[in-house]
Amino acid sequence: MTALKALIHRYQLASLLVLTVLLAVVLPLTLDIFRLNLVGKYLTYAFVAIGLVMVWGYGGVLSLGQGVFFGLGGYAMAMFLKLEASDPVTTKIQSTPGIPDFMDWNQLTALPAFWVPFKSLPFTLLAVIAVPTLLAWIVSFAMFKRRVGGVYFAIITQAVALIVTVLIIGQQGYTGGVNGMTDLKTLAGWDTRTDSAKYILYYLCVALLVGSIVLCRWIQTGKAGTLLLAMRDKEDRVRFSGYDVANFRVFTFCLAAALSGIGGALFSLQVGFMSPSFVGIVPSIEMVIYAAVGGRMSLVGAVYGTLLVNTGKTFFSESFPDLWLFLMAAMFIGVTMAFPMGLAGLWESQVVPRWQQWRTRRAPVTVAADIRGQQA
Amino acid sequence: MSNTDFALAVEDLTVSFDGFKAIDALTLYIDKNELRVIIGPNGAGKTTLLDLICGKTRASSGSIKFKNTELTRMAEFQRVRLGIGRKFQTPSIYENLSVFQNLEVSYPKGRSVFGALGFKCDDEVRARVQVVAQDIHLADKLDTEAGLLSHGQKQWLEIGMLLMQDPELLLLDEPIAGMSPREREMTAELLQRICQNRAVIVIEHDMDFVKQIAHKVTVMHQGKILAEGSMDKVQSDPKVIDVYLGH
Repeated sequence: MTALKALIHRYQLASLLVLTVLLAVVLPLTLDIFRLNLVGKYLTYAFVAIGLVMVWGYGGVLSLGQGVFFGLGGYAMAMFLKLEASDPVTTKIQSTPGIPDFMDWNQLTALPAFWVPFKSLPFTLLAVIAVPTLLAWIVSFAMFKRRVGGVYFAIITQAVALIVTVLIIGQQGYTGGVNGMTDLKTLAGWDTRTDSAKYILYYLCVALLVGSIVLCRWIQTGKAGTLLLAMRDKEDRVRFSGYDVANFRVFTFCLAAALSGIGGALFSLQVGFMSPSFVGIVPSIEMVIYAAVGGRMSLVGAVYGTLLVNTGKTFFSESFPDLWLFLMAAMFIGVTMAFPMGLAGLWESQVVPRWQQWRTRRAPVTVAADIRGQQA
Repeated sequence: MSNTDFALAVEDLTVSFDGFKAIDALTLYIDKNELRVIIGPNGAGKTTLLDLICGKTRASSGSIKFKNTELTRMAEFQRVRLGIGRKFQTPSIYENLSVFQNLEVSYPKGRSVFGALGFKCDDEVRARVQVVAQDIHLADKLDTEAGLLSHGQKQWLEIGMLLMQDPELLLLDEPIAGMSPREREMTAELLQRICQNRAVIVIEHDMDFVKQIAHKVTVMHQGKILAEGSMDKVQSDPKVIDVYLGH
């Protein structure tokens, strides 16, 4: 019983359970499929947000280019879906049937070589994780081994986001350009636009998100997590305790990239398109705001932050489209100044102590026994 | 370069910062099981010397050999893994972690990324933490957040973190700075105990403390060695009196 309690405490299972019930039971029961699909879309950003909790909150390295990895995962998935949607029969009016429509519009007459492997689903699923991880490895290895960090790293990731966006928009014939890849319909013959498919994809998204949180929590509570915190505060001490600091940073950055890639792929599946507007600097910074609002030290908090900011965005941008950006900027500044640890920090500092006070007043004896039990 | 039986052999070591030679053709040998104290006026290059040995600063020329392995081109973490431990001048500990975690993180297992992911804090680790915590007088403070310790206890904790690694060469930069007389005494006793199986280099200003612990004293001045020998011999050296002790 105490072992179970320790496990629950260590993995913060209570808060994770509440989140899971909210996402898997409460929301599907209360929202129609259109709204639920929107929530599913928001949850794909939450993958990026929990990656940021690892890299920024725990690792102390701010990345302003996470949209790149979200986009790479999303594009990898979208390429597979687009190829499937471009069979010779549906595209027979094109001058070259059987290739994606945007290639035809750009006078391409054959499928480019790097597109060919994306005809295979297993390859695509691998690429969803491997491509973002590989790019993250290259960027972070080059930077962290040279001990570039802090603001400089943030600027470089921002530059990467800009470069990748320009590349995608410029290479219209290969990427669909500024419109992105649209009209994604089926996954291995399965129509992803039906309501039942949307439910299934939503649940897949929730399951993968909860799994990712558990994975990250496992890393946080182990030695690697302790080392990340140690590195954030006293980098030299860790180095002179015999650790290659750069390797740990590279690992965390790659982990966040892989999670972002999974989020991106789920986005393409649920929303049915992928475009450069999810890759560039602005979406990347928005994703940082999700983590900041939720609390950059809390995985579960980051999910709530993502949901809250995006719900706000949807409601406000429907009624005051011009005001929304200012509001979001104000929210970011407000959060960092007033409660730097975000919603999760507020919960820890305001709600939890009051709850404990209330419990102590109600039943001092049992609580005292409880505390003694925890200490033993 | 010579092949020696010393724990540490520093030969002809030079480092210059924009032409200023902080360490100037310095040669120094440390025996196994020796406790060497380095003294000298401010700016003599004492801390720079430790920085060079542990890799925080790169040498311009010369050689540093530890157990006959050339160190000068090695990364910091590799030097640590060879058995060199460095304590910094201001206590460098993880303030947000508990004393236990501070010591646990310093345990020399699971040092690679995947090693750390698979690392389990087993009984062996816990026992080692216990032993070291006893040594540094913090056994009853294992659950305390390290940031809440007194200045002297932080100094001990950092020494303890090095002891976890069981290094063969310990570099201590002013280990008693900011300690009360009682804490100084306990530290002196601690240093004498821990230099049993290893070489220790200590930088210190407090002459009474130096007298208490040193096997041999090296006096540095302007990046060079001014004198070397027993405390008595060094103290009576006119050159030393001139630049340092006399003032």
